[in-house]
Amino acid sequence: MPAPVITAVDLVKKYKDFAAVDGLSFEVAPGESFGLLGPNGAGKSTTMRMVGAVSTRTGGGLGILGLDPNTHGPEIRSQLGVVPQADNLDAELRVRDNLIVYGRYFGLPYSYLRPKADELLAFAQLEDKAKSRVDDLSGGMKRRLTIARALVNNPRIMLLDEPTTGLDPQARHVLWDRLFRLKEQGTTLVLTTHYMDEAEQLCDRLIVVDKGRIMAEGTPASLIREHSSREVLEVRFGSARNAEAAEALKGVGDRIEVLPDRVLVYAHSGEAALARVTELGFEPMTSLVRRSSLEDVFLRLTGRSLID
Amino acid sequence: MSSDDAMSTPASGAPPADRDVPATERSSPSQSAPPPGALPRRFGSWYVAEHWFRTMRAYLQTMLMTGIGTPLLYLYALGVGLATLVDQNIGAGSADAGAVGAVGYLVFVAPALLCSSAVTTAVDELTYPVIAGFKWNPFFIGMHAAPLQPRQIADGIVIAVSGRLLAQSTLYYLFMLLFGAVPSGLGFLAIVIATLTGLSFGVLVMAYSATIEQDKGQMNYVMRFVVLPMTLFSGTFFPLETLPVGLHWLGWISPLWHGTELARVASYGYQEPLWLTVAHVAYLLVLLAAGVALARRITTRRLTR
Repeated sequence: MPAPVITAVDLVKKYKDFAAVDGLSFEVAPGESFGLLGPNGAGKSTTMRMVGAVSTRTGGGLGILGLDPNTHGPEIRSQLGVVPQADNLDAELRVRDNLIVYGRYFGLPYSYLRPKADELLAFAQLEDKAKSRVDDLSGGMKRRLTIARALVNNPRIMLLDEPTTGLDPQARHVLWDRLFRLKEQGTTLVLTTHYMDEAEQLCDRLIVVDKGRIMAEGTPASLIREHSSREVLEVRFGSARNAEAAEALKGVGDRIEVLPDRVLVYAHSGEAALARVTELGFEPMTSLVRRSSLEDVFLRLTGRSLID
Repeated sequence: MSSDDAMSTPASGAPPADRDVPATERSSPSQSAPPPGALPRRFGSWYVAEHWFRTMRAYLQTMLMTGIGTPLLYLYALGVGLATLVDQNIGAGSADAGAVGAVGYLVFVAPALLCSSAVTTAVDELTYPVIAGFKWNPFFIGMHAAPLQPRQIADGIVIAVSGRLLAQSTLYYLFMLLFGAVPSGLGFLAIVIATLTGLSFGVLVMAYSATIEQDKGQMNYVMRFVVLPMTLFSGTFFPLETLPVGLHWLGWISPLWHGTELARVASYGYQEPLWLTVAHVAYLLVLLAAGVALARRITTRRLTR
């Protein structure tokens, strides 16, 4: 295996007494697509800011592209592409100028930046918005522009903090497509998300993070295999009766999880489990059989759902 | 590079030489480019200044209008209007018996107006735009995610604002010449003095602006209870000596007083002991150095946490 581009060992970030990141250790290989999955406040963004050589760590070791961010911030950041959680495009500049001005921060010459800006606008499907004001762009367009901007220096590693949060499904799919292309070209992607479908789509490998610690690590498929059943049966009996029904259904499937609005039955075959439920004399208001997802893994590991 | 190629392979870079290099080997946009981070580490402050100037360009018209309007209005109202009243009633100081020393009121007040105008502009540039850069239009965060260092962000703003102050003070100075307010041949030094005065106070205010995370109108307090009294009691419109001795300290701590006195030495050969002239320069430089050090520190602390 080639030398990792990111190495974190017992990484810690404390704000006064609160440990936002509490001993994370992980490695990311070149060209890999690596995800941090977790609920809000899990420490994902703080980790990303440390990996981005922006936030100074409180403890532990961190190497990005073989360099220590404490001493080589500019050298590291000049090889990263950063898509922060909150867009920080310059609202006072036009769309194309945002790309050029950002490129100047890297010391890139105008002769390189002018054609590059046009190329990136094409990549982000924003050619006809080149002269628009940033404020006039939709959320999805702003996000694409932020991603395009992050590519201005041909980064070796892209850091994407919740790249699709707040976007409509169509805009998300356009973004996923763009990110997938980058991955195909060999760019290392590190992304945080609390959407399990996003993690399943984009990540080769991921860590599940909660309260600043790693709960599990692996490929999406292996995590599901390890921590969940093949299928899940979702049944609803009405919010008043869910708990009572779950009690009576004990023994159906491998495991039962009660949520406020539904009961999840983890089983190898969801259909078989549903047949058993009916045999026991229960008439669910609705039922749904689906494959297990990372959401189920997360629920299993933390007892909480990803999106509170 | 063909345009088709450009559309489909954004990460493979503009320079054709890079096209076949695997992603992991690609560290800079061209083979001949300096190692990653070398340019920003060296010239980062200038990139920040470049950005600030670019933003200023949008306000160029406003800047020009105030740059021309301010000296015109003030020099006319005070230097011609009020000066007539002062000189006629108290005497234009033919010997050293005048109201404001050995010169007419216009000559007395003009360098003070010049310095005061630089302070006003510095405060304009270094309050809300700085708060905005952290918060409302947070491009400082973008700069720091790119290779620029917080220290360079602070420095770059100071560089850009110095540029604007120099340009504005030069314009002001030309109007002073036009009004016949500068008897001394060394008067042009007042341009540099005014710039230094604006910076020495402005950069301290910038350091304070950088600490503001919630805007609760703090800047209104600064304007009303710091900038305004400073303008009134820095020997601007009347000599500091006119005030009771107990209030002279107001002038001594005021960078505007030190700047104004210095500008008077340059513009009409105002007589003061040499040590005092040296003290003016030293005071302004010390304040500026302290302001830059603070601004760097606060910016670093805020961006790296």
